[in-house]
Order: sequence, then C-alpha cells, then structure tokens
Amino acid sequence: MNFVGKLTWDSIPFDQPIPLMTSIVIILGLGAILAWVTLKGHVPYLWREWITSTDHKRIGVMYCILAFLMLIRGFADAIMMRAQQAVAVGQSQGYLPPEHYNQIFSAHGTIMIFFMAMTFLIGMMNFVLPLQLGVRDVAFPTMNSVSFWLTASAVLLVNVSLVVGEFARTGWLGFPPLSEKAFSPGVGVDYYLVSLQISGIGTLLTGINFVTTILKIRAPGMSYMRMPVFCWTSLAANLLIIASFPVLTATLGLLMLDRYLGFHFFTNDGGGNSMLYVNLIWIWGHPEVYILALPSFGIFSEIFATFSGKPLFGYRSMVYATLAICILSFTVWLHHFFTMGAGADVNAIFGIASMLIAIPTGVKIFNWLFTMYGGRVRFSVPMHWALGFVVTFVTGGMTGVLLASPPINFVVHNSLFLIAHFHHVIIGAVVFGLMAGYNYWFPKAFGFTLDERLGKASFWCWFAGFYLAFLPLYILGLMGATRRMQHYDDPSWQPLMVVALVGAILILAGIVLTGVQLYVSIRTRDRRRDLTGDPWDGRTLEWATLSPPPHFNFAVLPDVHGEEAYWSLKQRALQRGRISDEPEYQPIEMPLNSPTGVICAFFATLCGFAIIWYIWWLAILGLVGAFVIFVWYAWRDEHEHVIPVEEVQRLERERRRIRTELLHTLSQST
Amino acid sequence: MLAALLSGCTGILDPVGPIGAQEKQLLLNSTAIMLVIVIPVMIATPAFAWWFRRGNDRATYRPDWEYSGAIEMVVWSIPALVVMLLGGIAWIGSHALEPSRPLRSAVQPVRIDVVSLDWKWLFIYPDLGIATVNRLVVPAGTPVSFRLTSDTVWNAFFVPKMGTMIYTMPRMTTRLSLQADRPGLYDGRSAHFSGDGFSGMGFKVHAVPPQRFAGWVRSARGQGQVLDGRGYAELSKPSSYVKPVTYGTVTPGLFEAVVANRAAGPVG
Repeated sequence: MNFVGKLTWDSIPFDQPIPLMTSIVIILGLGAILAWVTLKGHVPYLWREWITSTDHKRIGVMYCILAFLMLIRGFADAIMMRAQQAVAVGQSQGYLPPEHYNQIFSAHGTIMIFFMAMTFLIGMMNFVLPLQLGVRDVAFPTMNSVSFWLTASAVLLVNVSLVVGEFARTGWLGFPPLSEKAFSPGVGVDYYLVSLQISGIGTLLTGINFVTTILKIRAPGMSYMRMPVFCWTSLAANLLIIASFPVLTATLGLLMLDRYLGFHFFTNDGGGNSMLYVNLIWIWGHPEVYILALPSFGIFSEIFATFSGKPLFGYRSMVYATLAICILSFTVWLHHFFTMGAGADVNAIFGIASMLIAIPTGVKIFNWLFTMYGGRVRFSVPMHWALGFVVTFVTGGMTGVLLASPPINFVVHNSLFLIAHFHHVIIGAVVFGLMAGYNYWFPKAFGFTLDERLGKASFWCWFAGFYLAFLPLYILGLMGATRRMQHYDDPSWQPLMVVALVGAILILAGIVLTGVQLYVSIRTRDRRRDLTGDPWDGRTLEWATLSPPPHFNFAVLPDVHGEEAYWSLKQRALQRGRISDEPEYQPIEMPLNSPTGVICAFFATLCGFAIIWYIWWLAILGLVGAFVIFVWYAWRDEHEHVIPVEEVQRLERERRRIRTELLHTLSQST
Repeated sequence: MLAALLSGCTGILDPVGPIGAQEKQLLLNSTAIMLVIVIPVMIATPAFAWWFRRGNDRATYRPDWEYSGAIEMVVWSIPALVVMLLGGIAWIGSHALEPSRPLRSAVQPVRIDVVSLDWKWLFIYPDLGIATVNRLVVPAGTPVSFRLTSDTVWNAFFVPKMGTMIYTMPRMTTRLSLQADRPGLYDGRSAHFSGDGFSGMGFKVHAVPPQRFAGWVRSARGQGQVLDGRGYAELSKPSSYVKPVTYGTVTPGLFEAVVANRAAGPVG
C-alpha cells in the first residue's frame, strides 16, 4: 500500500535555484521566529491571547498581519514578472522559463486577490464593524476564529507549493480546458483548487457572520439609516459574499470532479463545455470585484467625513448607491468575455449593464467632493490616500467604461490595457483604501498613532510608483501587447516595460516605507500615545471607547440618537460641559477563547495537502479530525465567561476620567 | 512619455482596415466624452481640498451642511446622461461591429479557416486547397471571412492593426470578418493564455495586393508538404516559435474534422 500518494523526493525543486533559495530562506526565517518565540516563553501568551482568541479585534489584527505578509509575497511575484518583461525581448528569453513565469503570474493574482485584498478587508471589517455598531463582538465569535484559521490554512498550502511540488500555471482563474488533467497533469492546479476551496469556506462563514452581526446586533437606537457608511458597504459586500462564494465553491468543485474522478463538466470530450466554467467563474468573479471595492468606498467615506470635519454629504444617496452597485454587480459578468462571440444583442446588453455601475459610482465621487466643500480639511495620512484615490479612481473608472463597450473591448481585451485597468482600480481603490484604513484605525487598535512623515512618504512612493508602473501598460496595450507573455519579439515594447519596472521599484519603496513607519512608530510609541481614544476628532462610535478598546468594547452599550452617533454624543457633552451621567454597571458576559478554529484548520490543512498529493488515508483522517473538533465544540457546556462588575467599573471610570479631560481640551480649543 | 505615446501609434491606434478604424474611432470618442467629466473632477478634488483646508480663514466652514436636493439631482444626472450617451454608442457599435457579421464590399471575400494548435496557428484556405502555419497571407482591400477553432485549449486570434480579436475554442467554431486595406506586414498573436508555449505563438500577416496574392496562391498550390491526417497529427504535436510553413495540398474538410476532433488520422 502506498502511504505517500504522488509525493516523491522529485517534488522538491532541488534543481531550480530561485524557488529552492526562497524556500530555504522562508523555512529558516520561520524556524528562527518559532525558536525565538519558544525560547522566550511567548508560546503560552500567544496561545491564550491570540491563537485561540475569539475577540473580533484580535482576529481582525491577525487577518491584517496575514494580509501584509501576503502583500509582500504577491509583490515579490510582481517585481519578478516586471523584471522578466523588462529583459525578455527578441533573442533573450530572460531569466524565467515559461513553466516558472506562468506559476508566478498565477500565484500573484491568486494571492493578491484572495490572501491580500480580501484578507486585509475582512481584517478591517472584523476590527471596525462591532465597534462602529456599538456592540461587544460579532454574532458568532468562535466561527470568526474558524474563518480566520481556514484562511491561514489556505495561505499555508499556497506557500507550501513553493517548496513541495508546484503552483498552478493556468492563471488566477484556472480556465479549462487548460486546467483539466489532460493539459495540466501536475499538482499545481490541485494546490490552487484545494486552497481556494478551504479559504472559500472561511470567507463564506465570514459573510454569514458579518451579515448576521449587522442585521441583528446593533447598539440600541442604531437603526439601519443611522449606521455609518462603512457598515453599509460592509453589509453589501458580505451579502455579495453569501450570494457569490457558493458559486465559486461549486465551480471549483466541478473542476475537481473532472480532475479527480474523470467527470466531463468542462473537458473537450465527453460532452464537456469549457464556456460553462468561464460563465460560472465570472458570476462569482465580478461580484468579487465589488466585495473588494465596496468596503474600500466605505473606508473613504469615513475618512472624508472625519478629516473634513463635516458629516458625509448625501448619506442616503451613498446608501442607495451602495445597494445599487451591490445588485448591478450580479448582472454584468459577461463583459469579461465579449470576445467569445455571444452575438451583438447579448454583448450590448451586458455592456450597457456594466456602464450603469458607473452611475452610482460617479455619485459617490461627487458626494465625497461635496463632503469636503465647506469643510475644514486636515491633510493627515489617511486623507492623502483618500485624495490620491479620487484622482486615480476617476480615470480608472473611465478605462473601465471603455472596456465595457463591446466594440472597444474587441481590441483591448486580454491586453496590457486590461491589466493596467484592473490594477488601476484595485490599487487605486482597494489598496489605497486599505492603506488609508490602516493609518486611520491603527491608533484605535494599538493605542498610538503611526508616524505622519513616513506615512506620507510611503503614500507618495505608492502614488507615483503606481502611475509609473501602469501608465506604460495602457500604452503597451494600445500598441497591441497582450497579457501573460513570458517573452516578446517587438523591441519597441521594451522601453515602456523598463519604465514599468522602475514604477514597481518605486512601489517597493512605498512598501518598505510602510514597514519602516511601523517600526519607527513602535520604537517611539511612548511619545505618540493616543490617550483620548479619539485621535482624529472622529464621528463614529469606535472613537467613543479607549484606544486600544477594552475586551468588551463598551462597558454600557451606547444609546444612539441620530446619524453620527459619537459626534452627537460629543456635541451634547460639549454643550452640557460634562459627559453623560454615570450609569449603573452590570457584569459582562464575553465569549470564551476556543482552540476550535486552529485545530479545525490544522486538520483542514492535512486534508488539503493529502487531497493534493492523493494520500487518501490522510485526507480521511483530516476530514474526520475537523469533524470531531466541530462536534466537540458543539457539545461544550460553557461558552462565556463573566467579567465582574468591579472590573467593568474600574475600566469604565478610567475611561470617563480620560473623556472628561478630553472634553476640557475640546471646549478650550473651540 | 510623449515619445512613448507617439510610438503607441503602432498598434490599435494605427489600424489598417475598416474594422480597426471604427474601433479606434469609438475608443477616441468615448474617451473624449468621459474626459469632459473626468478632467473637472480631477481638478476639483485637490482644489476643494486645498481651498477648504483647515487654517484657510477665507473659506466658510459649514459644519452641518450635508444635503442639497439640487446638488443630489445633478450628481445623479451627470453620470446617468454620460452613460446614456455611451450606452447608445455601445449598442450601435456592438451591432455594427459584431465579429460574425460579413463586411459590406463589392469584392468577393476570401475564406480562411483558423486552427490554434499547441502552440502555433494553422491557416487553411478551403477554397484554394492550401494551408500555412504562422503566416497569414491575405489580399489587401478584400474582406476575409474567418472560421476559427482550437485543437486543444483556448486561444484568442488577434491582429492588433486589423481590429477585433476572437476566442478560438475546441469543438466550437467562432466567426470573424476583417479586412486590411493597406498592404504590409503585420504582427498577430494569441491574446488568451494557453500554456507553456504561449509566448511563442506569434504569427505574421502579409497583406499583399490582389495580383500578388493570386501569384502566391499559384506558386504555393501543389508545392511543398501535404497536410493530410498524418501531416496534421505531426503538426499538432506541441511546439512553439515555429517557422512559417506552407502546405500545397490540404485534405478537404480538415477544419470540420478538427472541430469534430477526428482530424489526426485519415480524414474522410
């Protein structure tokens, strides 16, 4: 009997220096960190306070750390591609052979979308949503931990493919028939499929969790039309997750049936049809774009209001626009393949439907402009990102509308023009939004602000680097350059490819500066403490509590009257010259920590690895293990612990003292 | 960057036929329409932010101004009107430039069947009994009516200077009509990723005056290699950066046989 499936020593790339060296460095690095953590005796602390934590704030922070690591991994892929294209012209094949280059662009897309952008946004939503809603946690805290660890499990599998075996060479969407067994017999596609299945389950659980939280758990008085816009855009994004991720799971599942059991859903023979896959994957894939974009729009809405010192202009319009985008995003998937030959009527209808999305999006842009109008704009780091976003996003949207027009799409589809467009909107809207949100909410999470000068330097590197890296790609697309080329013959493309590489290096500087900013800020944290809990003169409830917030967020759930719950509280206190009366404290019940998530993910990783390598006994063991931990968890007797009233009172009195001081400073300054 | 922009006039901005020319015009018109909105927004954003900066005492602070019905009306109308205009253009353009639509011309079109293989292009001239690999010879000023399919995985047939690209898909046939008015040598490539040899499946389009085209056909016919079932089986083995080949004899019905997946063998 075979105990190791397809696994052999040949699975490890001893003959390929780049992946081998990378793997060794990563393994040594991880080993060193683990050894340091163990020797210093940090393991019990990490286990207790982080790994088994069901606190939405801790889980949010872990999501963001994971996403930042994946940004670095995905960016390493990006700069390798840019370097390859800068040299691989004419006689030169560059330094990456096709079988390696193709893995890199596939990994870049997969990692950046699923494990950088999605993961970062889910981290932000985790951290911010319960605070903005004025509540103590999400609806299902343990499930939240399961979601995170399943995502981490998928991240692990994708990165294991660097060391054991290979990653997919089929692009980030794995179109069949290329991804079928007949054309991709290796384990690369299986790594892709299995990791996305695992992370997909995690994401779906997150969607269910957040939608339930927003619909069912809000502070007293917080009606729907009083929710901050970030909550609205998160609600829309999570509704999209619930509606679209099952489609992804089913689609990838069908491809797995083809690959593992010889089915014929998308094969060339046996009645399969690859067009079906392309339709299905984009029925998930287009809403996915808005799963990323909508929460970013929400982040910018919060930032424009806060740093203009004014309420968001046209709040209701913003809510309607968000919901319009949410619905329309399901009606446009065909614009990803106008060149399939579906016919004029079909193409035109989907083209116009796609353009319709520009209407609510345009409304949002104008409303952000009018939020600044009549305001007192402070140019802090988050505002830099927000302004950079608007300026960048309008042209990114413009090229999107061009691509949505079928007759124009016929000449720019699949070209570098398309690549430039979606990086334009994904970087311009999503990454800028994430960086804005990171700088904005960091003090809330850790109790000290990030360095402004380094933050602005990072912004300018990203901003200039983005234009330098992607404007040449637009031009190359118009010159007829298509995507995913490991080598090209036309020497006139090369100068622009080199410019794009320089742009990528500038973005690298931006990433490095973000790291330096974090390092410097930690080193000088004593000078930059946020002692008020409200460093930006905020308007929403997360700024009503301390920085960092206590485990239970709010000793007494805030009573919401009107939009901008915290702003009105602040104004009332200023008028009365004192903060609200001291309430009667109650003991607070909080969810217990649980190792369910991490154990479940451990078995999921085993199971996933086993499926990839055809090690069936281990796959069954992994499945059974994951199920057993679930049953064990479901049968638990205790799931909450009580924070005694004295503790609540102590922490809350401290907060009230700080707030009273803040009130004095505020009333003196106005 | 300006030099780069000018050199950009080598691809789809320098079309050599009617399809590409119309698409270029649509691209420029749609861009111009949107710039009317986009440029003011790009100016207004930093302008608003700067004028209403904290510390500018000349700007009025209106801390509670958050709604204006008139402005709301305008901000919904502007993008809606632009989209109506662009949507109309897209609707008309989609129908006028539908790839399968035959070109209007007094000249009889040339029929060419395209097969994307791993990783090269086979062009079959069914009416002329010849075929080529990685070299597409077309008469200038004459519509070319393509039927396209793929032998293995998806590709996209794309000649940037001629216009519209279209997918080639196994067991399926797509249709496309193009025309090169200007004689010349143009680059073509696959626009849809198809595996390890993908970068090596470029081809050249020779658009030649009709008389020269007829001369080329005469000299090619009956000469060189034979493309029958066995020849096709040999050709369909994976290879890339393949030098152009001309086949003087082609088994009739080869394209249909490829679509039906029974080309590699005696074609009947």
